[in-house]
Amino acid sequence: MVSAGVIGLGCLALAVSLLGSMPLAGTWMPFLLSFGLLSSGAIGYAWFAYKDTVPGIKHDGIMFGNTTHRGAIAWALGIALTGFYVVLYWWPEYLARAIALVEPLSLALSGQPANQWFLYGFLYTMAVVLFGFRMFMRYRHNRYHIIRTISVMFFQLVLAFVLPHLLRALNEPEFYFSYFWPLKYDYLFPGTVDYLVNSPGALGSFMVFWGAVCSFIATPVLTYYYGKRWYCSWVCGCGGLAETLGDPWRHLTPKSTVSWKIERAIIYAVLLLIILTTAVLWVSSTSEGALSSISAPLQQWYGFYIGAVFAGVIGVGFYPVLGNRVWCRFGCPMAAVLGIIQRFFSRFRITTNGGQCMSCGNCTTYCEMGIDVRAYAERGENIVRSSCVGCGVCSAVCPRGVLKLENGTSHGDRYPGSDKPLGALSTAVSKGARVYGDRDGYV
Amino acid sequence: MHTVIVGNGVTGVTAATRLRQLQPDWKITLVSGESAFHYSRPALMYIFMGHMTYEATKPFEDRFWRDQRLDLVRDWVTGIDIEDKQLVLHRNGRLPYDRLLIATGAKSNKFGWPGQDLEGVQGLYNLKDLRQLYKNVERTRQAVIVGGGLIGIELAEMLHSRHIHVTFLIREPSYWCNILPMEESGMINRLIEEQGIGLIRETNLKEIVDDGSGRVEAVVTEFDDRIDCQLVGLTPGVSPNTDLVKSTPIETGRGVLVDHSFRTNIPDIYAAGDCAEIVSRNGGRNLIQQVWYTGKKQGKAAGEVLAGEDTAYDPGIWFNSAKFFDLEYQTYGMILSTPQPGEQHLYWEHPSHRHAVRVVGADGCIKAFNFMGIRARHEVCERWIAERRTLEYVLDHMEEANFDPEFFVHHETEIVRSLKEQLA
Repeated sequence: MVSAGVIGLGCLALAVSLLGSMPLAGTWMPFLLSFGLLSSGAIGYAWFAYKDTVPGIKHDGIMFGNTTHRGAIAWALGIALTGFYVVLYWWPEYLARAIALVEPLSLALSGQPANQWFLYGFLYTMAVVLFGFRMFMRYRHNRYHIIRTISVMFFQLVLAFVLPHLLRALNEPEFYFSYFWPLKYDYLFPGTVDYLVNSPGALGSFMVFWGAVCSFIATPVLTYYYGKRWYCSWVCGCGGLAETLGDPWRHLTPKSTVSWKIERAIIYAVLLLIILTTAVLWVSSTSEGALSSISAPLQQWYGFYIGAVFAGVIGVGFYPVLGNRVWCRFGCPMAAVLGIIQRFFSRFRITTNGGQCMSCGNCTTYCEMGIDVRAYAERGENIVRSSCVGCGVCSAVCPRGVLKLENGTSHGDRYPGSDKPLGALSTAVSKGARVYGDRDGYV
Repeated sequence: MHTVIVGNGVTGVTAATRLRQLQPDWKITLVSGESAFHYSRPALMYIFMGHMTYEATKPFEDRFWRDQRLDLVRDWVTGIDIEDKQLVLHRNGRLPYDRLLIATGAKSNKFGWPGQDLEGVQGLYNLKDLRQLYKNVERTRQAVIVGGGLIGIELAEMLHSRHIHVTFLIREPSYWCNILPMEESGMINRLIEEQGIGLIRETNLKEIVDDGSGRVEAVVTEFDDRIDCQLVGLTPGVSPNTDLVKSTPIETGRGVLVDHSFRTNIPDIYAAGDCAEIVSRNGGRNLIQQVWYTGKKQGKAAGEVLAGEDTAYDPGIWFNSAKFFDLEYQTYGMILSTPQPGEQHLYWEHPSHRHAVRVVGADGCIKAFNFMGIRARHEVCERWIAERRTLEYVLDHMEEANFDPEFFVHHETEIVRSLKEQLA
C-alpha cells in the first residue's frame, strides 16, 4: 500500500512537471521528485509483493490477469508503449517537457543538453534496473536468474547508458560497446567506419576494431562455448529489457508451428537484407558511388522499417500482447547469426532428465521464444533450437526438475548428425526445417 | 486392421503413437468422453492456479491427430460386444474393432463416509472434477482435505493460491509417511505448516455434515471435532477404473487382469495403464502402477504388442517425482517408508530443511535414492543401481548425479562427508 502511494506521488510529480509550468524546470528537483519517487515506489512494490512468499516459482493467476493475459489493460499498455515509440521517432517535439526533465542528468553525464535519445536511454535503463530488482525478488531462489539479471543490468546501465555519455563528455564519438553488427547495423557501414577512423585520437579506430572483432570473432567463439545466451540474455540491451520489463508477459509468445514458420521466414530474410545492405554500401563506397542509387534507399528503408518500426515500435510496443521477445524472435539479425552457430556448432544444449517429463507444458508456456520445449522433453531429446536464448526459465518452471542448461565438452553429442554440422546445416538449408518426425530438420 | 483404444490419457495416446510408428497403414481410433483432445492430467492444477490455460496443457497441436491419421471419437463407451467385436457408444451407436486396448485410467476412492455425495464434496482426477472445483470454490472460505497423498497436497496448493484456508485430515502420523521415510515426510509437514495450512494427524473422518440444503457445512472427525468448511476434497488415492468391463467376461481383480503383454483373458482385447493389474509371473504380488511415467511406459509397450510385436513389459528400475509446494522430490529405485531387513539407510538433510538426500544400500550395493530439493540425473542413478555399484563408489561420485541448474550451490561435499561418517 505504502509503495503504491509512493508510486502515485511520483506519477503526480511527473504529471505536474510535464503539464504545469514549473518554475524549477531544468533543475534536479522535479527530476528527483518524479523519477525518484517512482523508482522507490516500484522497488518497494516488488519487495512487499514477494517478501512474505516462500521462495520458488509463483505464477498464480497470470492467466486470469487483465494485464498479464491480453485484457483491456494489456491492450491499453501496448497502445501506450507503441504510441510512445511513434512520438519518440517521428514527433519528438511533443516530448520537449519530458526531455527538459532529464536535462540535469544529461548535463551531469555528458555536459550536453538532453535530446529525445537521452530521454529514451534513461527510461530504458530505468526499466531494466527497476524490473531487474523485481526479477531478484521473483527468482530469488534461483542463482542462475540472479546472476544473469545482474549481468543485463550492468551492461545496460554501464555500457549502454553511462559510458556512451561519458565518451561524449570527453569529446569522443558516442559508442555502445555492447552492441555489434548486424544488430547495430550502422557500426560497420562505410560512413560510420570512415567517421570513427578519422576522428581525432586512437579511440575511434579502436571502436571500429572492437566492432569488427566482436562481430566476426568473439561472436562465433563465445557462441561455440556458451550458446547464444552469452549475448541474448546476458549482454544485449534488447534482451535485457525483454528479460526484466518483459518478464510478466513472457508466456504470451505464440507457440504454434505456424508461428515458428513465420519466425524462420522473417528472421532470415532480415539477416539477408542487412548483409545485402552492408555489402551494397561498401561496393558503392569503394567504387565511388556506382551503386548509390540502390544503396542509399536500401539503407534508408532498412533503417526505417527494420531499425525503427520493427525493433522499436513493434519489438517493445507489442510486449503486452505478443510476449517480450517479438523483435528477438522474429526480427533480430544478430539472433539469426548466433542461432545458426548455436544450432549446428555450439556446445550449448538444454538436456532432459531421463523419462521424467510428465508433459505438463509449463516449459513451453513460459518459453519467451515460442519453443515447444515439452515436445523435446517428453521424447528425452536435447533441445538445440536456434532461437533458444538460454534464459533458463524452462528449467526453473519445470515442476519435476527435468530440464537443465548445459555447455557440453564438445558439440558432438547434441543431435543425430552433429559430427557433421556442415552437412546438417546444408540439409536444413536445402530441405527446409521439418516440424516433427524428422529429428535432423529442426532449426 | 482397425485398432480401437478406449481412453485418451497418456497410456492410450502413447500406445496409439507407438502403434502408428510401427504400423503406418493401420486404422487407429481413440475414443474418449472426457475431452476432445489428449491433455496432461498432472497439469490440471496449473490450469486452476492460472499458470497455464487448458489449451497449453495439450502436448500435441490439434493438427497432429489429423497428420498422424489417428481418428478421435468424442463419446463414452457404454459396453463391449465381445462376440461381434464392437464397442457400444453412448451417442454414436457401435464401433467395430479388430483389436481393442482398454486404457480407462483410474477413479478417486470413496470409502462410504456419511455425506460423501453432498454438494461441495469432490475428488480431483479429471476435467469434470476441475469444472466442479471452479463452481465449488465460489463460495468457499475454508476447505478440508481428507487423505494425505500427492493429489491432496496438489489440491491444497491450488486452494491456497486462491487464499482459501485449508485443513488436512490424515490418518497417518506424518504426511505421506506410508510412502516416505519419516525424515522426508517431516520436511513436508513443516512445509505445509509454513504455508499456514492446518494439518490434523492420526485422525479419521467420521462424517460430512449437511447444511440442510444438500451442501456441506462441516466435517466431523472420529474424535467428534467439528471443522466448518464449504468444500471437502476427498483424495485418499485412486483405484483402477473397471466400470466398462464389469459386466463382461473380461476378468478383473482390483484392475483389469492382464499378462506382461497386456493381454486380457479375451483374445484381441488388451488393457494397460492405471486400469490394468498385471498378473505376476511367479506368484508374487500383482502389479498396479498408477503414476504418469509408468502409464507412458506401459502405453509404449502396449503399442508394440498391438502392432504384433513380441514385447513383454519390463517395469525397469522404479522412479518417480513430485513437487510439494516449492519442494521438488525425485526418487530412483524402491524405498519403502521403513528400512527393510538388510537395508542400510544413509540420510543427510540441510539445516534449512530445503534439501535432503537418502541413499539406501543392501549388501553394500546401492539400491535406491531419495532427493528432496536437489535435482538428480535419472540416467546416472539408474545406471548405478543397475550396475550394483558399491555405496563407497556412489558416494565418491555423487557430483556426477547432480542435475541442479547452473550456479546453484552444490552440497555434495557436505553430503558425502556426512553420509560417509554414517557408513563408517
